[in-house]
Amino acid sequence: MAAAVSLRDVHKRFGEVEVLKGVSFEVAPGEVVAIIGRSGSGKSTALRCVNRLETIQSGEIELCGRRVDDPALDLRALRRDVGMVFQSYNLFPHLTVAENITLAPRRVRRTPPAEARRIAEEVLARVGLSDKIDAYPEQLSGGQQQRVAIARSLAMEPKVMLFDEVTSALDPHLTGEVLKVMETLAKGGMTMLVVTHEMAFARRVADRVIFMHTGKVWETGPGSMLADPQTPELKEFLANGL
Amino acid sequence: MGGFTLTHFLYLLQATGWTVVLTLLAFVLGCLAGFLVMLARTAQARWVRGLSGLYVDVVQGTPLLIVLFLIYFGLALFGFELPAIVAAALSLMIYCSAFLGEIWRGCVQSVPRTQTEASECLGLSRWQTLRDVVLPQAMRIATPPTVGFLVQVLKNTSLASVVGFVELTRASQVINNSLFQPFLVFGIAGLLYFALCYPLSRLSRALERKLNGGRRQPA
Amino acid sequence: MRYQFDFGALLPYWSDFLDGALTTLTMTAFAVVFGLVIGILCAIGRRSASPLLQRLCGFYVELIRNTPYIIQIFFIFFGLSSIGLRLPIFAAAVLTLVVNVGAYTAEIVRAGMDTIHPGQIEAAQALGLSQPQIYWDVILRPALERVYPALTGQFVLMMLASSITSQISAEELTAVANNVQSFSFRAFETYIVVAVLYLALAVLLKLAFYGFGQLIFPRRRRLGTPL
Repeated sequence: MAAAVSLRDVHKRFGEVEVLKGVSFEVAPGEVVAIIGRSGSGKSTALRCVNRLETIQSGEIELCGRRVDDPALDLRALRRDVGMVFQSYNLFPHLTVAENITLAPRRVRRTPPAEARRIAEEVLARVGLSDKIDAYPEQLSGGQQQRVAIARSLAMEPKVMLFDEVTSALDPHLTGEVLKVMETLAKGGMTMLVVTHEMAFARRVADRVIFMHTGKVWETGPGSMLADPQTPELKEFLANGL
Repeated sequence: MGGFTLTHFLYLLQATGWTVVLTLLAFVLGCLAGFLVMLARTAQARWVRGLSGLYVDVVQGTPLLIVLFLIYFGLALFGFELPAIVAAALSLMIYCSAFLGEIWRGCVQSVPRTQTEASECLGLSRWQTLRDVVLPQAMRIATPPTVGFLVQVLKNTSLASVVGFVELTRASQVINNSLFQPFLVFGIAGLLYFALCYPLSRLSRALERKLNGGRRQPA
Repeated sequence: MRYQFDFGALLPYWSDFLDGALTTLTMTAFAVVFGLVIGILCAIGRRSASPLLQRLCGFYVELIRNTPYIIQIFFIFFGLSSIGLRLPIFAAAVLTLVVNVGAYTAEIVRAGMDTIHPGQIEAAQALGLSQPQIYWDVILRPALERVYPALTGQFVLMMLASSITSQISAEELTAVANNVQSFSFRAFETYIVVAVLYLALAVLLKLAFYGFGQLIFPRRRRLGTPL
């Protein structure tokens, strides 16, 4: 079966600094892949290249059978199939939760308002926030805002979901509710690429873990790999608790 | 450039000199009056704050031209024969006092309360606190908007032309009335104003950047 | 020599004062609408990718903000009529107001747009929204809500500045004042009355803007906090 996401020998530079030095990996449909590594290892950059929030200098990236690096690509059409959740939630502060969620379906898919609202109610139920449908983001806690952000992406029925350190900005007691939602999504068969610092989550929920170091894929394996690291760099990374 | 000669240009330059004189006169007077307004707006007594607040609202809610007419035509009826420059300077002083007073009030109030508290704990009086602790800090904050306001004053001196004072605007009207080349004459006048105002605007922005960029937040 | 105040002498002119106030308000209304459009377009222009557009809009804004309004009025009005374009005075006055307030609006709106966090734009891109959709829903709408107080404050200032259009014989409130005082020989009383009328107009305008803001910004109405 064709991979949902595939990166082949991807190189990316920021000015003089090369951040990705030949990254290759694949994510199969329905698979949950966690990417771990220190800050500066290139993990967030690799993720952001997948939906072309960053452009690459060489290599190939394929998403749902289409080449992301192709300049002639209809990027917006592609982005409808990929959902992304950010570390800083990025909810639109001037819109209610419902309006945040229905904005894209109404504008991009031209879904009628009543139908869009129904979709919003459904995705909010999936993340456990039905009662907050008409609240404004500033009235919600960090964990609630992040769950709304997940719901907002789900409303577009993506085939793949990208998570960029989505619990890193949260107070520790709030990460649990977000991770629980992500676990439910994973069990429901969503294809997920998750950049995270939550080792326990990676071990329990991910089908595969990728450890990135200095812009390369350093070690990869099932979640159990975290209990039995092969390379010294991964050993050191896990030992430092980062 | 038919008709517009060097003589005309020199006439405009001379008038520009008067613009600068009026600006400085109004600004200096306005600063003094504005300082008093600021003190009143931050006074302990509520009635003083209220009355000065009313003064600010009234001045800020009246067109400068009307204030000018009130002083020029109005005071004439009381027997005061005011030369145009005096009426203009007085009107601008009132205008400045209200706006500068408010700007400076904001700057004084943005000095953290903790500074005043620390100072009073050390035993300084309210006046000493103001003079030695609050004002020096407030003045640094106030410099960019005050320089920016100077630009407003300079532009507003153009209204003095309406009561006959021969500054740059009046001079350009005089020349246009004989040459009938409004694009040229008012264009040159505009450029002369621009030459005076733009550097000040840039300075104000640069000062503001330096202020916000270089500030170290106290612990 | 004591001066005898006689406000009563102004009573016969009450309808003139009213007409003048209405003209001022009408001018302001037109100028607000068109000035806002120009300002938004210019703010977008200053943030565009094209260096030519950036420089053009920047030049317009700096030119207007660093020259007196009365010179702008003379340049536009007498300049246009010197090349044969004799606009009706009301239209010319509104034109000068629009040109003037457009520049100040552009600066305020641009500052508002600069406060929009790039993450917001990325989130909108990730959702597949188009550039124009992003501009409207994610950049302009919150920016306008955020700078609404500064924007409406500028419009009130513009209403007060409209008094200068009396210099090209626009029949607004200041022109009425000049006429009445020359007929009634009551300069002081006339200008006091007109000052009070301007104050009333300013208060009226502020209230109207406040009410309108509550209407179009539901977040502001419900939460009462700044964005």
